[in-house]
Amino acid sequence: MTTETQHMPGLHPDMPPPPSEVGVVGWLRHNLLSSKTDIFLTLVAIYLIYLLVPPVISWVFINADLSGDTRDACTSGGACWVFIKVRMGQFMYGLYPPEERWRVDSTFILLVALMVPMFIENFRHKAWLGAFILFIFPVIGFYLLAGGSFGLEVVETPLWGGLALTLVISIVGIVGSFPIGLLLALGRRSKMPAVSAFCTGFIELWRGVPLITVLFMSSVMFPLFLPDGVNFDKLIRALVGVTLFSAAYMAETVRGGLQAIPKGQYEGAEALGLTFWKSMTFIILPQALKHVIPGIVGNFIGLFKDTTLVLIIGLFDFLGIVQAASTDPKWLGYSIEGYAFCAFVYWIFCFSMSQYSQSIERKLHTGH
Amino acid sequence: MIKEDSDGPPVVTTKPWNDPKVRSIFFQAVLLIAVVSFGMYIFGNTSANLEKQGIATGFGFMGTTAGFGIITHLIDYSEASSYGRAFAVGLLNTLLVAFSGIVAATIIGVFIGIARLSKNWLVSRLAMVYIEIFRNIPLLLQIFFWYFAVLRALPSPKNSVNFADSFFVNNRGIYLPSSIFEEGFSLVIAAFIIAVIAVVFVARWAHKRQEATGQQFHTFYVGIAILVGLPLLALIVTGFPVSWEIPALKGFNFKGGTVIIPEFVALWLSLSIYTASFIAEIVRAGIQAVSHGQTEASNALGLKAGPTLRLVILPQALRVIIPPLSSQFLNLTKNSSLATAIAYPELVSVFTGTVLNQTGQAVEIISITMAVYLSVSLGISAFMNWYNARMALVER
Repeated sequence: MTTETQHMPGLHPDMPPPPSEVGVVGWLRHNLLSSKTDIFLTLVAIYLIYLLVPPVISWVFINADLSGDTRDACTSGGACWVFIKVRMGQFMYGLYPPEERWRVDSTFILLVALMVPMFIENFRHKAWLGAFILFIFPVIGFYLLAGGSFGLEVVETPLWGGLALTLVISIVGIVGSFPIGLLLALGRRSKMPAVSAFCTGFIELWRGVPLITVLFMSSVMFPLFLPDGVNFDKLIRALVGVTLFSAAYMAETVRGGLQAIPKGQYEGAEALGLTFWKSMTFIILPQALKHVIPGIVGNFIGLFKDTTLVLIIGLFDFLGIVQAASTDPKWLGYSIEGYAFCAFVYWIFCFSMSQYSQSIERKLHTGH
Repeated sequence: MIKEDSDGPPVVTTKPWNDPKVRSIFFQAVLLIAVVSFGMYIFGNTSANLEKQGIATGFGFMGTTAGFGIITHLIDYSEASSYGRAFAVGLLNTLLVAFSGIVAATIIGVFIGIARLSKNWLVSRLAMVYIEIFRNIPLLLQIFFWYFAVLRALPSPKNSVNFADSFFVNNRGIYLPSSIFEEGFSLVIAAFIIAVIAVVFVARWAHKRQEATGQQFHTFYVGIAILVGLPLLALIVTGFPVSWEIPALKGFNFKGGTVIIPEFVALWLSLSIYTASFIAEIVRAGIQAVSHGQTEASNALGLKAGPTLRLVILPQALRVIIPPLSSQFLNLTKNSSLATAIAYPELVSVFTGTVLNQTGQAVEIISITMAVYLSVSLGISAFMNWYNARMALVER
């Protein structure tokens, strides 16, 4: 036994890892080619991508037509984006009079401007701004969109449409359903049997039926409920239906948050001598709501997608107006372009909201 | 108020409006009165309105002749049938599309969910792209896409896509040969039922023997052999008492055979694809919820990959998967009501659409529709609660 064969620390430098284990080659070996099945799966996946991606890219970009104003401009055999370009104004605003469209724009620009500080972490007046958005902004928005005073021309709701209507319905739905949902969730957990039975029944009733029956109910049954001579606009009836429907879902989401709060928090609040509403406002709800923000965003995504159903009761939301445009004899045969554009817009909205909700979820997870 | 008493402890008296019990009764009474008076207000308005419009209330209309046709029906139906019959046809069509949608969505969803967990980078990315695309596009848009852009754009019956001269695909639907059962086919059905019973008994016996002796038995292969073999034997004995009616082009359309209408295909495809994207995420989360130590422990016990998945991973993953999965099944059933946008004759389309338009019995029809969905929902959730309780972790 000589010292040469023994390992002496520092005598032999560390060998670098074999080139097949690091870098691009190592990554490929580990993630795509680790076994026979793996190689087979990779080949199948590449074949699938080859089947799907090149035709789609050539349809959307390479062979597509964008210049021109009529269908005669679409000659290359790919997508005819001219259709979308020509109808863009309608897709966005519906039949809202073109000279009044600045009102729609300014409503949404105002909303975005108000929302931006809410996402700034160090902004100190979030509560006031939130209250402004919840209570004052809807009034401003209503007068801007509907008109009738301040020298603005009246725009009847049947003229509202397109993406603007979709946004109006989903924003009103979510803003309106939040307080109702909160009360329902608190009511369902109440110790008073009549209150909790009423809230449970209400929630389960709305959650058990499809939105479409709720919309049918709002369009054919609401008029019967009202005294003779009183009649609401079709849009308002749909809004009531959508709001009540999503309030039930909101209630269940909030209830999940309430259940996650340890009992000690309730007891602590009681021990401090706080009343029910004070303990809710200052102790329980701030903690519970923080936990359910991802759930609320999820509800909002669901509601945003569900607003498409209003086209069945004859409102022209974004999908409704695209559908109507694709049956226009002047542009017959270009429905795929319409649906693709519509899907793209919905996808951008929903995907970015779900990414936002996931980032919040990650941020909240570090707490404990 | 605390009264200082010289000998006893201080006596606390509360004003009646500060007493929680009195308050609770007061609030509940207010709520009850509000709900009841609101209900009476609505009831009064509704009956006044109905009287003015001359609509008789009640469910008598269910027996009246409907007078409209329904394109596809599972039970006998004609224009002379009653509204009640039309209701049953719509309900059965809803259940049909919901059931086939649930089966397809589960298969696609489990497949995509497992692919999402694949160690292969490309496969898991493809699964992610599928999930992110389909769950972020409104279902109604997907239905429209399949119906108007794909199925309606298929060739006309004259230029049908032809498979082996017996399957035809065109813009009127998918035409398949239909089977006509002749005399003696009941024997084949009986053979199949006997086979199913036999398989159950074999499985029980194999399980008992394994418990007692440890010897394993290939129940799976034997079961398949019995299930296929026995009916086949019966078919041979009775001399194949089945004939096929092949659809044929007559005039402008196909006659004979079975047709699957494009409305059904569009609805079924979009419901399955859309719901599958949610199921995939549920399956992924469920499998990830089982800690890796379980797999390692089961390998250490000498279990092979199959039994590891079947006996260790799945029972634990299912516990996490079942509750959200059941709510997806419910969503699919409720979403099948979107069929009304493409006029597939399911419950909402037939009953809340056509029948409501013809009779004007808004209150009755919408109440019945809501009651149907509500009872399906409550039924499924009751079943799932029972299943959940059975599967729940037994803490020792």
